[in-house]
Amino acid sequence: MAYDKFTRLTSSVVPLPIENVDTDQIIPARFLKATERKGFGDNLFRDWRYHQDGSPKADFVLNNSTYSGKILVGGKNFGSGSSREHAAWAIYDYGFRCVVSSFFADIFQNNCLNIGVLPVQVSEDFLQAIFSAVEKDPSASVTVDLDSQTVTLDATAQQERFEISSYKKQNLQNGFDDIDYLLNIESAIKDFAQSRPF
Amino acid sequence: MKKTLFDKVWDAHVVSSVTDGPDVLFIDRHMVHEVTSPVAFLGLKNRGIKVLYPERTFATADHNTPTMNQHLPVADALSAKQLEALEHNAAEHNISYWGLGHEKNGIVHVVGPEYGITLPGATIVCGDSHTSTHGAFGAIAFGIGTSEVEMVLSTQCIMQPKPKSMRIHIEGMPGKGVTPKDVALYIISKLSTSGATGYFVEYTGEVFEKMSMEGRMTVCNLSIEMGARGGMIAPDQTTFEYVKGREFAPKGCDWESAMNYWSTLHTDEGASYDKEIILNGPEIEPMITYGTNPGMGTGISGSIPTAAQTEGSKESYKKSLDYMGFSENEPLLGKKVDYVFLGSCTNGRIEDFRAFTSIVKGRKKADHITAWLVPGSHKVRQAIIDEGLYDILTASGFELREPGCSACLAMNEDKIPAGKVAVSTSNRNFEGRQGPGARTMLASPTVAAATAVTGVVTDPRTFTD
Repeated sequence: MAYDKFTRLTSSVVPLPIENVDTDQIIPARFLKATERKGFGDNLFRDWRYHQDGSPKADFVLNNSTYSGKILVGGKNFGSGSSREHAAWAIYDYGFRCVVSSFFADIFQNNCLNIGVLPVQVSEDFLQAIFSAVEKDPSASVTVDLDSQTVTLDATAQQERFEISSYKKQNLQNGFDDIDYLLNIESAIKDFAQSRPF
Repeated sequence: MKKTLFDKVWDAHVVSSVTDGPDVLFIDRHMVHEVTSPVAFLGLKNRGIKVLYPERTFATADHNTPTMNQHLPVADALSAKQLEALEHNAAEHNISYWGLGHEKNGIVHVVGPEYGITLPGATIVCGDSHTSTHGAFGAIAFGIGTSEVEMVLSTQCIMQPKPKSMRIHIEGMPGKGVTPKDVALYIISKLSTSGATGYFVEYTGEVFEKMSMEGRMTVCNLSIEMGARGGMIAPDQTTFEYVKGREFAPKGCDWESAMNYWSTLHTDEGASYDKEIILNGPEIEPMITYGTNPGMGTGISGSIPTAAQTEGSKESYKKSLDYMGFSENEPLLGKKVDYVFLGSCTNGRIEDFRAFTSIVKGRKKADHITAWLVPGSHKVRQAIIDEGLYDILTASGFELREPGCSACLAMNEDKIPAGKVAVSTSNRNFEGRQGPGARTMLASPTVAAATAVTGVVTDPRTFTD
């Protein structure tokens, strides 16, 4: 599925200063029963966000109208656990286009890139600087610029460069996905398949 | 050039490489299940394309299936719809489908090896992070997201940057009563849940060489829990004997030529890894977890560490213990337990049921314990009956369920109630993993068995010495 292009984003952020946020927290398994990719945002962080009777938990950040924005900022080792792409879908469907953390789990990071959500890995110091800035001023904005591969805390102009392969960067900038690429080299793939013994 | 086992298998599957980008990796065998595949099939439909090599994909239903009364229609409407979608998609694209009630049905990572779909030197993927299990055979096997499932269905390839390599070597043998699950939980407790992120692991040392295939599968299965994409063990005689004669394994001349290739699948002397970790085997004892990620584990005779003794955020650590209802410095032995779960792709194989049965034989399940014993496949279930384990389990007060992922991720009705403590042989103790509010302590089948008998966390070695 081709996705929205990503070039530059300036937005206030939603802070989630918890480490090791696993994909079972992002979207619990019991909400993976859909056969289409829609509605997952309703259950994003379901068990942190709602009591079992369905009423919102007042102290969870998504229920606090002070915080909003298209950038989710999470603690170290964000997205560990299950390979469920539903976690990335839920984040996208809720309205986020970018996730910032000081460390990402592998599969989650791949899943985000494959659906057009940009994972931005920053240093632990920069991550803490964002959390502090947002604590002081919940409307503090962050700018993520894909072309220059920079992330900027706008209030202080503090800036860091982030890594992304030039292949993935171009994909995001153009809204292409890997299948577009692979279908273009199908004859090479078929030749290769002939050489596989099993 | 000297190569690691991982390099050899990876390099043999690279169709092409993108400059400053990923490799195009050819996938030999692809497993699909009902939860992470429907949107991928929908993607194919939207693009108007078919599965390129249907004979390389195998489908089974496991995540969402009931473990009681499988002959009846699935009660949960959403689960039923997902199962129907898989059946329909498999039929439309000519893919082997082992659905509910099929004699070959079971957990994807249990049936793959059982039927010889899993082979040394192969690349194997599935939309499930525990695909790392198949690395036990010297395969490169890892979990993928649904977009990647669509890639494999449509082109038999995925685009992946080559991970870095890590060797985890265990020096010396662990003591008596230490199982493969304990070895894996010990490694994760040392490395943390993110200690191997970005790496593909090779396990070396006498303990792995002497392990059965089932044990190696348990270890490789848990590689993802320290962040590694996968883990592998060089194939040897144990591997070849396990694979030989299985339905989808090569036969005759093909077997001979496969064996010639497979015998080259080991790390060359002098080849280097990006990172090497050496751990001390005799230090390992039966393990149990006390927190909400698999890295929060300790020897069963130990106590819960204080926040000050741990690395990382103290707030996150305290949040974790609060969720579990545990306190710093509490001993683990003797902790009251409500549920015991034996099963999952980590510990749902015949050897796990043998180990569990060896402890409960001649003893009775504690009255207050609810025990769910869920075989990984119909083949495992049949072996439990054929080997006489079923009778022993029944005499000890245990019931045997039908195969599936069950309470490991609690997608079906097998949910541990809020606030209850479960000793589980599965792979994740995340908040709510086994049901909203459920508290999970991960352990081996023998720890689970000893605990099921006494009703409190128990060291199985006290039963066997």
